[in-house]
Amino acid sequence: MRAGPLIRVLLVALLLAAAATAVAIFIPWLPTNASKQGERIDFVFWFVTSICIGIFSIVASLSVYSLIKFRVKPDDDSDGPPIHGHTGLEIAWTAIPLVLVLAMIVVSSVALAQNDRNPKGSMRVEILGQQFAWLVAYPPPGAPQNVDGFVCVKPDRSGMEKRCKVSNNLVLPLGRPARVHLASRDVIHSFWVPEFRQKQDAVPGLDTQITVTPTKTGNFPFICTELCGLGHALMRSRAIVMQPERFDAWLRGGRQ
Amino acid sequence: MAERGSAVTTTVEEHAVHDVHAPPPRRHGWRRLLAPGWLRVLWMTPLFFGIGFLLVVGIRALAGYEPVIFWEAIILVAALTAAPIGFLAGLGAFDYWLAWAFGQPTKPEDHSGHGARRWTDYFRINTDHKVIGIQYVSTTIFFFLAGGMLALLVRAELARPEANYVDPQTYNELFSVHASLMIFLFVIPAFAGLANYVLPLMIGAPDMAFPKLNALSYWLLPIAGIMMLTSFFFPGFGAGWTNYTPLSVDEPYGNVFFSMAVQWAGASSIMTALNFLVTIITMRAPGMTFWRMPLLVWANFTTSLLVVIATPFIAGSQFFVLFDRALHTNFFDVGEGGYPLGYQHIFWFYSHPAVYIMILPGFGIVSEVISTMSRKPIFGYRLMALSLCAILILGFSVWAHHMFVAGMADWLRIPMMITTLLIAVPTGIKVFSWLATTWEGKINFSAPMLWALGFVSMFVIGGLSGIFLGAVPIDIHSSDTYFIVAHIHYVLLGGSLFTIFAGIYYWFPKMTGRMYDERLAKIHFWLTFIAFNATFFPMHIIGLQGMPRRVYTYDPQFGNWNMVISISSFVLGASFLIFVYNVIVSWARGPRAPGNPWRAMTLEWQVSSPPPLFNFDEIPQVVGSPYEYGVPGARHAVFNGEREAAAAPKAEEEETVRA
Repeated sequence: MRAGPLIRVLLVALLLAAAATAVAIFIPWLPTNASKQGERIDFVFWFVTSICIGIFSIVASLSVYSLIKFRVKPDDDSDGPPIHGHTGLEIAWTAIPLVLVLAMIVVSSVALAQNDRNPKGSMRVEILGQQFAWLVAYPPPGAPQNVDGFVCVKPDRSGMEKRCKVSNNLVLPLGRPARVHLASRDVIHSFWVPEFRQKQDAVPGLDTQITVTPTKTGNFPFICTELCGLGHALMRSRAIVMQPERFDAWLRGGRQ
Repeated sequence: MAERGSAVTTTVEEHAVHDVHAPPPRRHGWRRLLAPGWLRVLWMTPLFFGIGFLLVVGIRALAGYEPVIFWEAIILVAALTAAPIGFLAGLGAFDYWLAWAFGQPTKPEDHSGHGARRWTDYFRINTDHKVIGIQYVSTTIFFFLAGGMLALLVRAELARPEANYVDPQTYNELFSVHASLMIFLFVIPAFAGLANYVLPLMIGAPDMAFPKLNALSYWLLPIAGIMMLTSFFFPGFGAGWTNYTPLSVDEPYGNVFFSMAVQWAGASSIMTALNFLVTIITMRAPGMTFWRMPLLVWANFTTSLLVVIATPFIAGSQFFVLFDRALHTNFFDVGEGGYPLGYQHIFWFYSHPAVYIMILPGFGIVSEVISTMSRKPIFGYRLMALSLCAILILGFSVWAHHMFVAGMADWLRIPMMITTLLIAVPTGIKVFSWLATTWEGKINFSAPMLWALGFVSMFVIGGLSGIFLGAVPIDIHSSDTYFIVAHIHYVLLGGSLFTIFAGIYYWFPKMTGRMYDERLAKIHFWLTFIAFNATFFPMHIIGLQGMPRRVYTYDPQFGNWNMVISISSFVLGASFLIFVYNVIVSWARGPRAPGNPWRAMTLEWQVSSPPPLFNFDEIPQVVGSPYEYGVPGARHAVFNGEREAAAAPKAEEEETVRA
């Protein structure tokens, strides 16, 4: 192939890449980031986005170019050149995506492994999902922190133990990692705070866990994302991140 | 080419291979009630309902259960199981097999159930794959429009953030039945319908391998579709098409309508897939080796393997849900030792391969259209076929990527992410090969080509958002949000639906013998294309920003985008009216289509439009690849009289000149 068409395609590709980058930058794709885990997820997001912009602009420029350039004239009944394939090209567009995919796998796996970690000294928070509300409970001082299973959620999952501090909102101290244990009373619910980027289903019979280390104080939506029945849309609560001192005062304040 | 196509066609009367008879003489008086057909349906359906009714009531009376007349059990057994069998028996789907099973003298095959002479022939058990193909496509378009109306009701509710028109239960039913209809009654069977019509023609076969099974598999579809639609009257099936337990077991009674409808639709899928497999393996014309099969045949071969292996799993998952509800088994009840995630594993073991069931046939259609309309051979034919096989195999190893946040074993996420992202490689091969096929071609921007290229561009976007979802950390954030809704509509609407329209417009002249209105078809494309993007692209944004899916009311911050989406969705809905108008008017009054309007090389274009009753008056001899555009003198197949010429390849060019 001569170099002329390739250069033109490349120019179109650069233009499209610039346009796609503008779309990526100027549209507010993600809400504020308020957790350490969220920062890693956002890194993966932008890593994948930049690769995808590259792929998109190559594919789009090739198609735009050939659609304009190779349009048939109205009275032209002839066939195109009988090109059946090109082994080198075929190997290239098998191998290059493979490498890109492997890169994304590695980056994702590393971020996932870091986010899954339950850091030493993390604070236990237990959440019980039920149709259609969240109950959040904090074990009393001295209760076991770093074990599987539940301290506050009653064994039959009908509610929370009296000795725990219970709230309808998820209240967290800034900067301290929280290990969130999820339980469900009836059907499957799903914990999601978009600003934390963390999501995890609460499943009957299971103790599912996720770590959140808040990095910003504020008041964020805390919603159910797994269809759980008629009130699913209304199963919305708040996640409130406070300074540690205020949090400690809050925790002592309302002990029942 | 067109002249040659009509030259090999002879009329039915001259047909030597098959002895064609007129329909059997009409019966008179009360005997008309015994003949297969709608009169017999009218009494056999209630009869079977009655048998189911007596079965339930009888068993309950004998066992001493109260109340004896228990409608939940009666509806399940009598209305959803027995009555459909009565309907099929009334139509005559089982007549031949039953006669054989009862040892009655076998009737010589008179082919009276074959082909369509009147419009009423489309409303009976018909064994002609071409009639069945049209039955399939028309029925699925009907359910597509029904499912589309449900989607518009969903969008009407979502136009403003607060609760507006429908109550939560109805809202849940709207999106659940919308998805179920689109998946089980539109995309999957629409592909089966198109392939039913063209696949036997493409491989040079007179029909499918099992014509009677083919007829039965079609008539299961309306049963499934009507069941899904009637679920609205029972409130109601509202657990989402995924029907996750425990919610589905706790749901109102209408949920059994989904569980049973899936059985009927699934049985239909499996029968058709078996039929395709046997047809492709055993009925190819002489010379049609696997490496000379058109890519549509390859695509349906791999799809059928997926269907046959995977579909029993969704049947199982829905039976378990049904048993937990009706028989009080405890497959998924935690208190009794059940395991809710077990449902998800079984369900997705079908429903992920189902994604490829819903796209591989589209890959096939697009390969045909792009090669023909670019006047160039498919770039890298073998790699195209092999990538289909790679998707087939990888497709079975990725199901748990739907469960990254479901609470399954943590370690399972990494291998599932690896296989999921690896599928991008064979898919990428296909996209690059299509683009390379258009390169330096003579691109004819007919409507089928517009839909095919529209598909490629939309599928690239859907594929890229799929990479985001395949990467576990991003999936954790975007799972169960509108980002998912955007992704599945880019791959299923911008993907599958676009290829279905490419296929319908491409083969419309072949199926109806008439040309559609090209201008209307192009307006249809551009309107759909623009409205589709305006509807679904913003969903990516609101999803990532925090809007969960399957909600009837949402945070007011998403109000403006949702208004834009709702308005675009109504334009999108309206665009399909152009299609309906175009198809009806062109079918009735369009200009007659030549045998080969696209100057294509595959076999279905070498016969008249529509093809003769048994497709080929003489069996074609396949001599080369189906995509040899631009190769001087190359042929895909030759017919009698040309065979000697084919034996001496050098003489071929001369032969073409003479013809």
